[in-house]
Amino acid sequence: MTRFFAHANYDFISLRHYAYGLTAAIIVPGLIWILAGGLNYSIEFTGGTLEQVQMAQQTNAGEIRGALDKGGLHNAEIQQFGTPLDYVIRARLSANEVVDQKQAERTSAKVDSALTARFGPKSFTVQRVEAVGPKVGGELRQKALVAILLSFLATLVYLAFRFEFRFGVAATLATAHDILTTLAFIKYMNLEVSLVVVAAILTVVGYSLNDTIIIFDRVRENLHKYKRDDLAGILNRSINETLPRSVLTHGTTMATTLALLIFAGEVIRPFAWVMTFGIFTGTFSSIYIASPVLLAIEHRWPGKDARGVRARVAAAAAAGTKLPTPREPAPQP
Amino acid sequence: MLDSIRARLIVIGILAAIAVFSLWPRDVKIRTRGSDGLMHDTTERRVALKEGLDLQGGIHLGLELDQSKGKVPNVADAIDRALKVIRTRIDEFGVAEPLVQKLGSTRIIVELPGLKDPARAKAIVQRSAFLQFEMTDKEGLFRGGLAAMDRALSAAGVTERSVGLAVADSAHRAAAGAGLPPGGAASVEQILGGAKPDTGRGARREAAKTSDTTLTGPLSPLLFQGTMPGEFMVQQEKVAIVSRMIEQVDSLRLLPRGIVMRWGAQPLSRGARGYLSLYALVERPIITGEELTDARAQLDPLTNQAVVNFTLSRRGGRTFERETGKHIGDNMAIVLDNLVQSQPPVIRGQISTHGQIELGNSSLQEAQDLALVLKAGALPAPLQIVEERTVGPTLGKDSIHDATIAATVAVLLVIVVMVGYYRRAGALAVAALVLYALYTLGGLAALNATLTLPGVAGFVLSVGIAVDANVLIFERIREELALGKSVRLAIDAGYKMAMNAIVDSNVSTILTAAFLFQFGTGPVKGFAVTLILGIIASMITAIYVTRTFYMIYLERRPGLQTLSI
Repeated sequence: MTRFFAHANYDFISLRHYAYGLTAAIIVPGLIWILAGGLNYSIEFTGGTLEQVQMAQQTNAGEIRGALDKGGLHNAEIQQFGTPLDYVIRARLSANEVVDQKQAERTSAKVDSALTARFGPKSFTVQRVEAVGPKVGGELRQKALVAILLSFLATLVYLAFRFEFRFGVAATLATAHDILTTLAFIKYMNLEVSLVVVAAILTVVGYSLNDTIIIFDRVRENLHKYKRDDLAGILNRSINETLPRSVLTHGTTMATTLALLIFAGEVIRPFAWVMTFGIFTGTFSSIYIASPVLLAIEHRWPGKDARGVRARVAAAAAAGTKLPTPREPAPQP
Repeated sequence: MLDSIRARLIVIGILAAIAVFSLWPRDVKIRTRGSDGLMHDTTERRVALKEGLDLQGGIHLGLELDQSKGKVPNVADAIDRALKVIRTRIDEFGVAEPLVQKLGSTRIIVELPGLKDPARAKAIVQRSAFLQFEMTDKEGLFRGGLAAMDRALSAAGVTERSVGLAVADSAHRAAAGAGLPPGGAASVEQILGGAKPDTGRGARREAAKTSDTTLTGPLSPLLFQGTMPGEFMVQQEKVAIVSRMIEQVDSLRLLPRGIVMRWGAQPLSRGARGYLSLYALVERPIITGEELTDARAQLDPLTNQAVVNFTLSRRGGRTFERETGKHIGDNMAIVLDNLVQSQPPVIRGQISTHGQIELGNSSLQEAQDLALVLKAGALPAPLQIVEERTVGPTLGKDSIHDATIAATVAVLLVIVVMVGYYRRAGALAVAALVLYALYTLGGLAALNATLTLPGVAGFVLSVGIAVDANVLIFERIREELALGKSVRLAIDAGYKMAMNAIVDSNVSTILTAAFLFQFGTGPVKGFAVTLILGIIASMITAIYVTRTFYMIYLERRPGLQTLSI
């Protein structure tokens, strides 16, 4: 039988400082850039109008912009969307301006008349219109934030209940890390933050959590099995033992996100990008954020059964009696 | 062992049967109240997992009360009544499977699938359709107060130019003044009205009058007397300016008591110039559209113009008869949503229950739409569209096509990986995957879910994640085999040991998906539901179904020493 990484024994944990550097190199510039320039929110969040048109004849964004300028729409963004005939026109409502809700309604009519004036009637078909008032957009932003925070809280409680509180903390921090890297990725790729992308971020959160828990489940089991090992050793062992599973599951999930990315069309592409990246960051954070945080908690607040303390005592005792440290698995009940 | 296999197969079979049943298209009887007021049963073919708006095309509207022109005292009540009115209108409009529902207590959601003409649908949903009949200001109360208004405006430093600049500025910001008729604010000329253009009889008379009585001021030179008392003509270019001035006069409380100024619905052309009529009307209506029981659109055989014939209730008819009796020889304006329809006709005799609204050169379809909204009743307050999503039918078709390809490729890749890596065990997992798909889709159908694009993406993704439980189990079995356990014991241990990880990881994913559902609207909700059902189905198939497959497999090969995994 084929087995990838059947007897893997990599020392993941000792490499953690390099991993911190890597993830900081992704997150820090990304966050600074976001703070400086903001994210590219979709009109669902900002309010405004989006219109997707399919032109009958080849044209370019410049010509469309010219037509819209003439029609009195000056700040519209024009973007080619998939094929050379498809364009998306976005007119945002800027946040500081107090605007009549009806403006969003009128914009699509303006786009239509401007395009008709420039290219003639029946020279384009409207594929999609989304118009969102500023109030709806604001509500949505708030709801998205609340959803993410509540899902954090629920995870923390569930893990505290099923495992121990420190596991919950570690998993939640790993999840927060995933959100930060994903946001940075979205900024680097200049993806539009739409409702569907927020859904993708939450799915990444779920997926990463799932992965973290698989490893933590093994940690929980190994803590019982190898009473004398220190936590770093147990974490390494658990990660290595679950490695074949990780490779397989991430492989199949990656296959589906890549299929979505390549074949499922322009509308779903930002979602597929975020999911594809999410698989990497989810895997990474389970190994290099969740596990080290667990270790750090153990160092900072060693409990009664703190592994570090007990392992050192055991090691000292072993050295004193010149007996080899038991590294073999304890006999199973 | 055999008994337990049989019991397990029965459970799996029943689940599959339920899924197939809920996916099967069937006829549903729907009881609705027909236009004649009787209940009718209509049979409709319901196909499970109907496509959402983003896949089949259609329009989604979110509506709220428009409180910009006056607070609505009881929002919840107004929304309830508006909901009823919109429902009636949509039913009359005739769209298959419309959705009209309340969202929270302040918003109405309207979804019309497969619609070709979104602008028309929007107009029908949003139109206030507030009909009233008002008498014109035959005593000339407005005319009489005009001098005082002019003085007040002059005193306030208002000139045509200052207002014109303000109007131009606001037109530039695309926030036009209130109550403007369509096209009114478009262009504003900046010339001071020196030379009076030749503008038909009425205007000339007015021009003569102004010079006679030496009325000067910002407002009166812009108004030309129309053909009846209380009717004035305003040049198209000055409409926005006059509108502003009237607003100011109104806010200074200089309009005569009980008089309201309203614009005509249609512009007129006299010579080379376009005019819009402005009417001074007695504000108290003699009757409103509330008393209307029927409205029908028609082409007038004489003029070939569209008209709407209406019928009033008997009570309304009596009031109408009495009021029109009092005003024989006067002009009565038909006011729809604050705009005067056609020139107010002279009342020649008592009118009781039947009447007609002339629409000028509107199309028959517009007349039909008007008849429809009049019959369904007026909205209790104006509504504004706070959210709109329209998807054309071709875009939806493209999305379905692309999503199908992506799903096929994804599933094939998963099959290749699973069978390639786990061999026969992988094949069992793939067989379970078929049941997984059936259960998930059946669950969606049972919940009456619609299939949206993010939902489809969620399903495709879930296929990749669904094998995770099997991977966990298989890896565990391999570990147990590596420890030297026998095939049977290894399988037992594999399932037992993997269980914790599977349950914990899936429950926490369901928790996140539940929050997604809570916050999402439309497509995102569909995605969350798909994800949750997918996780549940994958737990059932991975734990229960593949286990059963293994039991059968082992039953048939009692002396099995090696496992293809």
